[in-house]
Amino acid sequence: MGKTIIEKIIGEHCQKNVKAGEFVVADVDVTAVQDGTGPLTVQEIRKINLEQVKNPERTILFIDHAAPSPRKELSNAHKILRDFAKKTGAILSEVGEGVCHQRLVEDYVNPGEILVGADSHTCTSGALGAFATGMGSTDVGIAIALGKVWLKVPETFKVEVTGDFQPGVYAKDLILHLIGLIGADGATYKALEFTGDTIRKMPMTDRFCLSNMAVEAGGKAGIIASDEITREYLESRGRGDKFRLIEADPDAEYERVIQIDASKLEPTVSCPHTVDNIALASELKDIKVDQVFIGSCTNGRIEDLRIAAEILKDKKVHKDVRLLVVPASREVFLQATKEGTLETLVEAGAAVNTPGCGPCVGVHAGILGDDEVCLSTQNRNFQGRMGNPKGNIYLSSPAVAAYSAITGVISDPRNLLMAMAEQRVYPFEKYI
Amino acid sequence: MIKQGKAWKFGDNISTDHIAPGRLFHLRTNLPELAKHVLEDADPEFASKMSPDDFVVAGNNFGLGSSREHAPQVLKIAGVNAVLAKSFARIFFRNAINIGLLVVECDTDKINQGDKLELDLTAGIIKNKTQKTEIPMTPLPDVMVKILNDGGLAKHIEKHGDFQLV
Repeated sequence: MGKTIIEKIIGEHCQKNVKAGEFVVADVDVTAVQDGTGPLTVQEIRKINLEQVKNPERTILFIDHAAPSPRKELSNAHKILRDFAKKTGAILSEVGEGVCHQRLVEDYVNPGEILVGADSHTCTSGALGAFATGMGSTDVGIAIALGKVWLKVPETFKVEVTGDFQPGVYAKDLILHLIGLIGADGATYKALEFTGDTIRKMPMTDRFCLSNMAVEAGGKAGIIASDEITREYLESRGRGDKFRLIEADPDAEYERVIQIDASKLEPTVSCPHTVDNIALASELKDIKVDQVFIGSCTNGRIEDLRIAAEILKDKKVHKDVRLLVVPASREVFLQATKEGTLETLVEAGAAVNTPGCGPCVGVHAGILGDDEVCLSTQNRNFQGRMGNPKGNIYLSSPAVAAYSAITGVISDPRNLLMAMAEQRVYPFEKYI
Repeated sequence: MIKQGKAWKFGDNISTDHIAPGRLFHLRTNLPELAKHVLEDADPEFASKMSPDDFVVAGNNFGLGSSREHAPQVLKIAGVNAVLAKSFARIFFRNAINIGLLVVECDTDKINQGDKLELDLTAGIIKNKTQKTEIPMTPLPDVMVKILNDGGLAKHIEKHGDFQLV
């Protein structure tokens, strides 16, 4: 019987043949923590006199969740990470450099590697053909110190996607649809492997969006075989030499196969308070929106900002809506500045904030008022997620978010986008 | 090992935002203070009315969401005996074992708020003293039993100097 991608990667990292269900101790290539989880990591390994870093050049401490710090307690938490980096030689990713998951794919993770990160959306890097998974502070602390981790080799669900998206439908709609289909715990402990001709044509930015949200179905990983698109991405990041082909054997064993026809998908929205509570954007036109957030590790990349800018060009944000835009990384911010994308968004009325997690974690920079509605491109809409248990969070693609910021209610952007597509306006041409 | 206490009943999909919300992010470096707010967004009265040794009893997918280890930490610091649920989210489950909080997968449908429970780990059963019923629990994998027996992952590594699990 052949192997899944995950079985191959974990096997290589513990120097033996492994099958799903086995428990192993495996070597780790990259480790990461952020300012919400990292201080506890440092505290835990200090307690057992293990304040050491096995691979400093591949251990990254990200200050992204509360960056810049809104309170003194958090400023002191940041100091713990800065001090640890100085002492051990680990890399510090400072305020303004961006969300850990975006920074990890930009500069650190390669196909065939293992990344463990103390953040649940660590699965984002799986789109590069790596085994990337989120864990807690202690697990990652031990991995930082010893360079290894204990793992159960997960079974894999194959998600086979075929067909072309309609204009106005994106990877975000696909992943929200999938989570609605299998449920918020539909893939608990499992790896999701995204495959099929839709995925093979998909640019990396959309692949990152899919892998990012694997955890919202309970998944341990969201993995995609590497291919020429992966190679081109790594080359564009100066890591072409790190490319390797990694894919499942044709006779690999999957626990479940899920088939989705992308051409039948419509703009999809998650409603409060769980990600699997989905509806079509067209069914929600009575929902008035107070705040729109475009950003996060799910949809804060340059392509996402371009989609928003195309929709908002020469238009104004609705008078009852505040539009918050947070580029996922400094590089995204710079690119959006240079090419005029941010100018378009700001002219439309957007408030732009420092690259990082923005208001997604509910610490700062866009906390909701009682009974307010936020339409967000982030990945999670749990009660209290954006800082107020009385707030209501809906999740969508950047296109739905941008169009709804203009109309003031949750809106399906397809008619607008089809008209724009007819004029072959960048960047939608790749979808037609 | 036998643990006794009464049940606090919660529903499905209790997230780490319910247990240790992001709006209290600044208390993450002060866990005893954060523990005073444990599960506040699911039941605002829980933290003040629970007694040490009580059980948190929930439905499916307990602990979904963030990787924050602070979530099992505050349950443990508040004195929760164990969390019983029909199923757990992966990262929470792993974190709980790593920090030495007992998490038990079992059928919780017939446990009611306030029921007196007795957890017998050796026998692998939960006795509902109020309803005079017994509920079997799903056994933990050996790897996790070893970690729990050593008092959590950090203590396991401290004791053995390395992983001694597989």
